[in-house]
Amino acid sequence: MLEQSMNRRRFLKASGSTLTGTLAMTSMPIAILAPSRAWALELQQLDAHQGEVLLTLTRHIFPHPTLEDAVYALVVKDLDAAASDPDVAETMRSGIAALDNRAGGDWLALDEEQQAMHVRAIAGSDLFKKVQSTAVVSLYNNEMAFRHFGYGGERGDAGYLSRGFNDLTWLPDLPASASGPVPGTNG
Amino acid sequence: MDNYDNQTTFARDDDSVVVIIGSGAGGGTLANELAQKGIDAVVLEAGKLHTRGEFIADEWASFGQLAWLDNRTTSGTWRVARDFPNLPSWIAKAVGGSTVHWAGASLRFQPHEFRAASEYGDIPGANLLDWPIDYDDLAPYYDRAEDKMGVTRTNGIPGLPGNNNFKVMHAGATAIGYKNCHTGNMAINSVPRDGRASCVQRGFCFQGCTTGAKWSTLYTEIPRALATGHVELRPESQVASIEHDEQGRVHAVVYFDADGREQRQRARAVAVAGNSIETPRMLLNSATSRFPDGLANSSGQVGRNYMRHMTGSVYASFDEPVHMYRGTTMAGIVQDEAHHDPSRGFAGGYEIETVSLGLPFMAAFFDPGAWGRDFTEAMDQYAHMAGMWLVGEDMPQQRNRVTLNTDVKDAYGLPVPNVHYDDHPNDVAMRQHAFQQGTAIYEAAGANKAYRTPPYPSTHNLGTCRMSTRARDGVCNGYGQTHDIDNLFISDGSQFTTSAAENPTLTIVSLAIRQADYIARQMADGAI
Repeated sequence: MLEQSMNRRRFLKASGSTLTGTLAMTSMPIAILAPSRAWALELQQLDAHQGEVLLTLTRHIFPHPTLEDAVYALVVKDLDAAASDPDVAETMRSGIAALDNRAGGDWLALDEEQQAMHVRAIAGSDLFKKVQSTAVVSLYNNEMAFRHFGYGGERGDAGYLSRGFNDLTWLPDLPASASGPVPGTNG
Repeated sequence: MDNYDNQTTFARDDDSVVVIIGSGAGGGTLANELAQKGIDAVVLEAGKLHTRGEFIADEWASFGQLAWLDNRTTSGTWRVARDFPNLPSWIAKAVGGSTVHWAGASLRFQPHEFRAASEYGDIPGANLLDWPIDYDDLAPYYDRAEDKMGVTRTNGIPGLPGNNNFKVMHAGATAIGYKNCHTGNMAINSVPRDGRASCVQRGFCFQGCTTGAKWSTLYTEIPRALATGHVELRPESQVASIEHDEQGRVHAVVYFDADGREQRQRARAVAVAGNSIETPRMLLNSATSRFPDGLANSSGQVGRNYMRHMTGSVYASFDEPVHMYRGTTMAGIVQDEAHHDPSRGFAGGYEIETVSLGLPFMAAFFDPGAWGRDFTEAMDQYAHMAGMWLVGEDMPQQRNRVTLNTDVKDAYGLPVPNVHYDDHPNDVAMRQHAFQQGTAIYEAAGANKAYRTPPYPSTHNLGTCRMSTRARDGVCNGYGQTHDIDNLFISDGSQFTTSAAENPTLTIVSLAIRQADYIARQMADGAI
């Protein structure tokens, strides 16, 4: 995990109001989807430091070591959009300032274990709850996540009848009495 | 495609029509059954019309399209009140009601389940009562409902082919000695039938069936009712109250139309089928000086005995992939625990049915509020997971109830419903047993780890206007006719005296067919 985190720091950059990163290509299904290895997120409401804090904070709340930063950036994108509401923007501004403050000025500069200690301390805060409730939707509701975790998403719309609905082979076949005929076959 | 154009319309002051509130399993079926007998009806449906082509293979987007999201409040010790305080139930707000969203499991109640009080004896805290009807009264209507809905393993209809998720369940269940395990009695076409296609195993049963393989009133009962010219469907019609005349008989329904305008439809009789939260809410919201506690509530039982089934889920991860999301959501069943056997430490029984959630809803419902590595390590196993839903009889309790929350108002200024639920010790004991058995099934199939998932927001909402033999014990008689008001009927799962273990839709449909026969006789006799 620590090594992953070091790698991530190398890839993830923030400047002005843009978060940029490079796909680590640890997850081949996502690499197939991506037009290029580089990604960028233009922030409308948050500054780049806030964006980077939110991305890293999301990684602590929902840690998937091999899941690309580009997927976590989708959470930041939704938080950025939510920050068009002044109350939400203030929750994030003050929450991030408090996190930095309790970390001696720059929470991102701490190592992962020290960061995690502060995350545990703010669990239940308005910032934490906002990030958690946003991320539990945003992080798992996108095509890159579907590929990473192995979910078909809307590819299922056409039906799995001839595309693997019963392709599990590591258990015995079902007896006919417990199952039923597959349309379009003699079975 | 189905034709949803009204072939006839009725004037607001036409007092010859039966007004049916709701178009789901109860209301939609009742409308068509009455229409086929030539009885005129107006169906007021709170939700919009979404045809099959509009359904979305995306869990959150579909949820936004179909779910009943009007504000509600919760109380009680159930975990739903903490995790989803404004979403006590997961039901649909659309033409077709929750038959758009349901998974299709169509099981008959067991005969003893109509006699819960007699069979189970005195259970402290439980407000048990025998149904005023027994299995034999309903059996002919179960026959008709199964034929209407095309239930597999009835009427010569073959079972559905088992998917990956069911293969895991079957392997584990047979390994621990269960005998009754198959792909279920499903109102999903295994072969083309009744003008509807056979299932192509999309895996989006909860999001609306685009092929129509799964029975829903949306594309069976409702267009057929409309085609008779005896029924007018009015979507986006949110009922506020039911009015009565000086004789205490209901004679009009007040509702808000799609433009938010208040309308008033006169009625010869009114059938309420708004699911077990809205149905009592409407009766309670209709209080007058003559009926100060709400309509049909001389017993004080309107809104009480709210049941939502004992539920829970077990998911388990395996070395090899499962891809449980492929194919029908409820792909198979184990029925060996459905009987009543108090030696297990609880009354009543439960069914074990496969379930799957897509990745988005797995994140939301697997362990609501969880974070950190225990949660993410489970999510990492998603493609290697199998899942089952445990559903069993829960005890009716007087304090589990739907009430009006006068502190919170909806868009029309009406009090929103509050849903209070506490698990009964019997529910807790049954859930514990079911979790153990579910875990044993998956361990026998080779699971690395089994996860116990708490109940989702309620999909089975039951009992808040229950049937009873005596007027003082419940709200309606064995035909759903309210004890207090002859021309007011309860036509949904609110009627259930007890919950039984089985998924309720087949029984709701059967009761609606039976009720239609009764209403037609009562009208012919001039009784209503």
